[in-house]
Amino acid sequence: MRSRTPAPMIAALGAAEREPALQDALNEPARTPWRLRTRLLGLAGLVALLAYPFVLDAPFPQHVMIMIFLYALMAQSWNILAGYCGQISLGHAVFFGIGAYSSGFLFATFRVSPWLGMMVGIAIAMAAAVAIGLPTLRLRGHYFAIATLVIAESVQIVFQRWEFVGAASGIWLPIVRENPLLNFQFNESKIPYYFIALGFLSLVCLAVWYLERSKAGYYFRAIREDPEAASSLGVDVSRYKVLAFMISAGFMSIAGTFYAQYVLVVDPETVFPLTLSILVLLIAVMGGVGTLWGPIIGAAVLVPLSEFTRIYLGGTGGSVDLIIYGALIVLICVFRPVGLLGIWKDWRLGTAVGGAKNRGNA
Amino acid sequence: MAMLEVKGLTKKFGGLVANDDIAFAVKEGEILGLIGPNGAGKSTLFDLLTGFQRPDAGYVSFLGRSLLGSRPDQISRLGVGRTFQKLRPFDHMTVEENVMVGVLQHTANLRVAREQALGALFFVGLLEKRGAHGHMLSTGQRKRLELARAMATRPRLLLMDEVSGGVDQRSLPGLIDLVNRLKQQGMTMIIIEHNMQVLMSLADRVLALHLGRKIAEGTPEEIQNDRKVIESYLGLAYA
Repeated sequence: MRSRTPAPMIAALGAAEREPALQDALNEPARTPWRLRTRLLGLAGLVALLAYPFVLDAPFPQHVMIMIFLYALMAQSWNILAGYCGQISLGHAVFFGIGAYSSGFLFATFRVSPWLGMMVGIAIAMAAAVAIGLPTLRLRGHYFAIATLVIAESVQIVFQRWEFVGAASGIWLPIVRENPLLNFQFNESKIPYYFIALGFLSLVCLAVWYLERSKAGYYFRAIREDPEAASSLGVDVSRYKVLAFMISAGFMSIAGTFYAQYVLVVDPETVFPLTLSILVLLIAVMGGVGTLWGPIIGAAVLVPLSEFTRIYLGGTGGSVDLIIYGALIVLICVFRPVGLLGIWKDWRLGTAVGGAKNRGNA
Repeated sequence: MAMLEVKGLTKKFGGLVANDDIAFAVKEGEILGLIGPNGAGKSTLFDLLTGFQRPDAGYVSFLGRSLLGSRPDQISRLGVGRTFQKLRPFDHMTVEENVMVGVLQHTANLRVAREQALGALFFVGLLEKRGAHGHMLSTGQRKRLELARAMATRPRLLLMDEVSGGVDQRSLPGLIDLVNRLKQQGMTMIIIEHNMQVLMSLADRVLALHLGRKIAEGTPEEIQNDRKVIESYLGLAYA
């Protein structure tokens, strides 16, 4: 059954091996390597990130960076499903909440290490992604978005009523002084949180980096572009959609566990809100969806904005940041749907003369 | 044994019978042409064969195995490739990446996938465009891209929905030559084609559809002289 007549394209390749044009194409690297200047900039950035909490050794600047990392982590999780695979979720807070509640509940009730609780949270989030994804990912276009929105709202209501996990008042995590690393609690300083958040963000970015170079990543993008054409090429569309959803949900729940350990309170209003789902989407869209750097750039721009408006406008300005976000998104969508990263790339292509990036445009 | 065998294939959309009791067979190495005026049910037939639509009745067997109830991706992995009448390149992926998606059903190794994709692009004459994005191509180039993508899955049977449609006169000979080269390599194909001259030069046998029914089957010459075909379809140009 599997024995096949020699495929024409292989024969074509064999006969054409002496063709110089094909040889050139085969020898060319699949991706243009980073230039020296880019490498040096990257190294400088890395050093700056590592030195930051020691140089600015005060709670507020450290907190802002931790929030940037946390939101970039969430936006990147969302980006895996929506940016790469094209499935817009409006209910990603569900997985954030699952992560926060899993580790928080296990720690508060049984003193289970939050690291272990995080693993449980990832497993539950992935299982939930399968349970939600199997029926809803078959829906086309905006119906998936609506379904996730409704499910997220329902889950929040369930947690508001569920006495076993503290209902509306949620879970207060006990403060533990001993063994901070095992208990994922650092009461003396924010620096450990800083590096853990940076580590989680690096992890999700590494996953995206790998995804861009893997079969699954190609399949995700093909599904985003045209699911029917993808299936005609042998892509099992529902299977890969669910896979993207699982990966995305797993990383989102890590963010939830981190948040629970950072603020030591988990309640339905703060871990399941619709505004969180929307915010995560806005950050990714702002920075540029379907790219590795987009969510990071989006978080680096939007999170400080939100933190600073909160300070300068105090309690009354509680949602001014959301208004600014909304306005920025409208501007981006109207003028340049490619996001900040795309705008910057276009600007660079415009200033650079020719260059390797233009090789296909000739 | 025939490579593809179709019996009693029927598909209704509400009151409209898009395919009515269609039966035919395709032998290995053969090119079957499919003609018929708009609405004859040609694209529906392709959709039924490749799992995009479920037939209401009938039987499809490919290499002795029933295709009924299989999903499009499963049918692709069994060795049936197709192109679409409305071209569907992955717009935000490069030409090279478009074709790699097709190869990836055989390997998870991206380097191998890229090599084979470049080979397929060379074959269809689109190698220089490998870095371009889908939406930057002309119609003729997109047809080549779809063909390269379908070939990249290494099909045993290739279903082509229109070679000439929407293609300017300058690009057409190149495309016909491409199909001919595929034929010489022994590829089995079913081709939907409106342009009779193109079909005559490519097809070994022709099947004529009209209002969802098979009205004639035979060599290109027989079809050209078939009374029912002339009345329903060729009449306009050949009567």
